[in-house]
Order: sequence, then structure tokens, then C-alpha cells
Amino acid sequence: MSSAAIPSGTKWWSGGKSPFNVNYGKVMMWYFLMSDAFTFGAFLISYGTIRFSVNHWADPNHVFNSFPFAGHANLPLAFVSLMTFILIFSSVTMVLAVHEGHQMNRKGVEKFMIMTIIGGLAFLGCQAWEWTHLLTGEHVALLTDGTLGVIPTTVKMNPWGAELEHGTMMAALQKTSHEGLVAIASTLHHGAESAHHNLSELTNQELISQISASGLHATHSGPIAFGGYFFGITGFHGFHVFSGVIINIVMYIKTKLGHFDQRGHYEMIEKAGLYWHFVDLVWVFVFLCFYLV
Amino acid sequence: MSSPHIDNPEVTFHPDHSGGTGKIWKIFWVLSFLTIIELALGYFLYAKNGELGYVAVLSTKCAIAILTLAKAYYIVSVFMHLGDEIRNFIMTIVVPLVLFVWFIIAFLADGNSWKNLRNTNAGSTSNQIEQVHTEGTENK
Repeated sequence: MSSAAIPSGTKWWSGGKSPFNVNYGKVMMWYFLMSDAFTFGAFLISYGTIRFSVNHWADPNHVFNSFPFAGHANLPLAFVSLMTFILIFSSVTMVLAVHEGHQMNRKGVEKFMIMTIIGGLAFLGCQAWEWTHLLTGEHVALLTDGTLGVIPTTVKMNPWGAELEHGTMMAALQKTSHEGLVAIASTLHHGAESAHHNLSELTNQELISQISASGLHATHSGPIAFGGYFFGITGFHGFHVFSGVIINIVMYIKTKLGHFDQRGHYEMIEKAGLYWHFVDLVWVFVFLCFYLV
Repeated sequence: MSSPHIDNPEVTFHPDHSGGTGKIWKIFWVLSFLTIIELALGYFLYAKNGELGYVAVLSTKCAIAILTLAKAYYIVSVFMHLGDEIRNFIMTIVVPLVLFVWFIIAFLADGNSWKNLRNTNAGSTSNQIEQVHTEGTENK
């Protein structure tokens, strides 16, 4: 879309007209988004600073390697690719809604707003699954008291440190309590109920020999800041997606009620669109910082 | 001028919105293509984990970051229509963002310096150095 011919030599700053040639509401949306960009930027740069300051950081290909209904298959990058394409596609349907708005085509705006809302909800669903998966995950890691434990990924702890050498692991197993050993052994059986029952009747040495025979891979506990940054930044982004979906639903209802036809223009759709594209823009950088590098 | 316009005093020259959706779909394919290249490079880093040297890993990561900036450019310029605005307005958005150049360089350098101090004996007692060294080797 090219701009309408603007006479060359137009004196933008000589008074009588806005030097930006943009409606007030849109200018303010842009300035809000710019300040929001600094907020997200500061979060991501702070994450980068901490990540640069330690010798070992969580490897995204190990943290994010699962896919819904795929069990324990190792699928690095797969799920986050799906999330990325969902958001890119919902950005396209949003810009198509803006385009239909320019043509004053109410039915077209409604159709593409619905598609954008569905895209946003699909993204939020994916994020909910990913968070649940991490928060309920069971990985064996070396705890600060020198024993091994089964831990999830939370803001307080995570199992994404470097792999534990066999000798260190065996020494830590000797120090681990009976309950701890049962918990570790039961992760090897992936939750078969009968196995759980029998395990608690075994002695510590029987459990240890079973665990070491299984070729268990344990890790050091991971960088403590990882969970806080991951849940903080993806949560702040997810909150933006959520509020974007709410704004889009309001815009859809207003379109449906014919408010923009009465007003004679669909500029509100453009402003909601700016916000929605910004959410996609932020995801591009979250995707880069947390999942790709 | 095919589309109706808002009567407001701030807009002197109305942009022409009569174009089709061809450009939107073209940018969709560009974004998808860039994302697929990013994923391919990301998978390359995963598949070659531990085999690549420091420079190779760093330059692959830089390449991914540059592709991300290209995606950001297309989203802002075409999807958000910033490219259709006049230069005055583009500059009021883009110029403040230049702060990020300093912001990123300064803080990543700070983190890196922090790591160097962590791994050397700068200002530490000999007892602490020992701890840091064993930690460093365990993690590497």
C-alpha cells in the first residue's frame, strides 16, 4: 500500500497541520507500545546479563523438548515452532481484518477478527500446556544437601544443570533417604501403580542397584534464575496475549453491533491491530532469547 | 481515494488503502521462511552440540539474531503500517529505540565481566577461589 501523493516540499513544521500526519489515538498507541518495548527489552536484557554471568545455563533443547500427546519423545524446537506459527498466522488474520476495515466491509472484519481471536486462544492454550508440563515435570537432580531428588521446573528450582558424572551420582544416591530413592525409582517406571507399591518394600541398596542398572541420567540443579526469568517473561508476554484477546473480543462485538459503520471508519480495529502485532513482535524476541539460542 | 476517511484535523494527507492483500500474504511467506531458517540453524546447533567451536556457535547465534531483527522489521513496517507513515513519525518511534544498542552492549558486557570475575581470583580469599574452580569444572 503506497501513500497517497504527498506534495514534495510540504512544510510539516510550519503550523496549521500535524507534523506526524497521524491521528492522536494512533500516536498514543505507538508511544505506549514503544514504552512497552522498553519494558520487555529491559526484562530480556536483564535475563541476558544473568545468563552471560554464569558458566552454565539451561540448554533450551533439553528443557523444551516435548510435545502434547507425544509421551517422552525427544522433539526439540517442535512445540515452540507450532506456537510461533500460530502467532504469525493470527498476525496475518489481524492485518487482513484491518484491510477489510479500510474497505468498510463489516462481514470481512468480523470473519478475520474471529480468526485472530481463535489464534490468540490457541497460543494461550499452548502456553498453558507448556507451563503445566514444566511445573509438573519430574527430573532427577542433585540437591543442595548433596542428595538426589525428583524436582520440577519452578521459580525456586530446576533440574537443568550440567549432567552429573556417574561417580558423583552414585555417591549422592548413598546419601539419599528411602523416600527419595523410591521417588527416583518410580520415575523409571513412568507411574505404573503396582510398581510404586512394590518399590517402597525394597531396601535402600536394592533400590540403588535398580536405579544404577537403569542407566539413570541425573543432572546438577540448574541456574536458579532460569525459572524466574522464564515464567516471568513468558508470563508477562502471555498476559499481553490475554489482554490482546480481550481487546479483540471487544472490537469484534463493536463491529458486530455496527458501531464502526455508524462512526464511518474502522480506525479502532487499526489500533487494536497495532497492539496485537506488538504482541507478535515481542514473541519473536522471546522465541529468540529463550528457545533458539 | 477509494476508502472513506475520518474527518480529523491531525491527518492532512490520507494514505491510499485501495491496494489488495497480495503484499500481506507475501510478508506472511517471508516471515515463515525466515522462521524456518531460524529453526534450521537452531536445530543445527542442537545436532552439532559439543562439536562446534566457540566462534562457530557464536556466529550461528548472531545469524539467528539478525534474522529475528529482519522479522521485526517486516512486522513493524508492513503489518503495523509504520512504513506507510511519514518520515517525521517514523523517526519519533525509531530514534528512541536506538537506546537499545547501548543497553544490550553495556549489559551483556557487564554479565560477561561478572563471569570472568567469578572464574578468577579477583578480590577473593583463597578458600573462595577453590570453591569457584571446582564449581566451574563440574559445570563445564
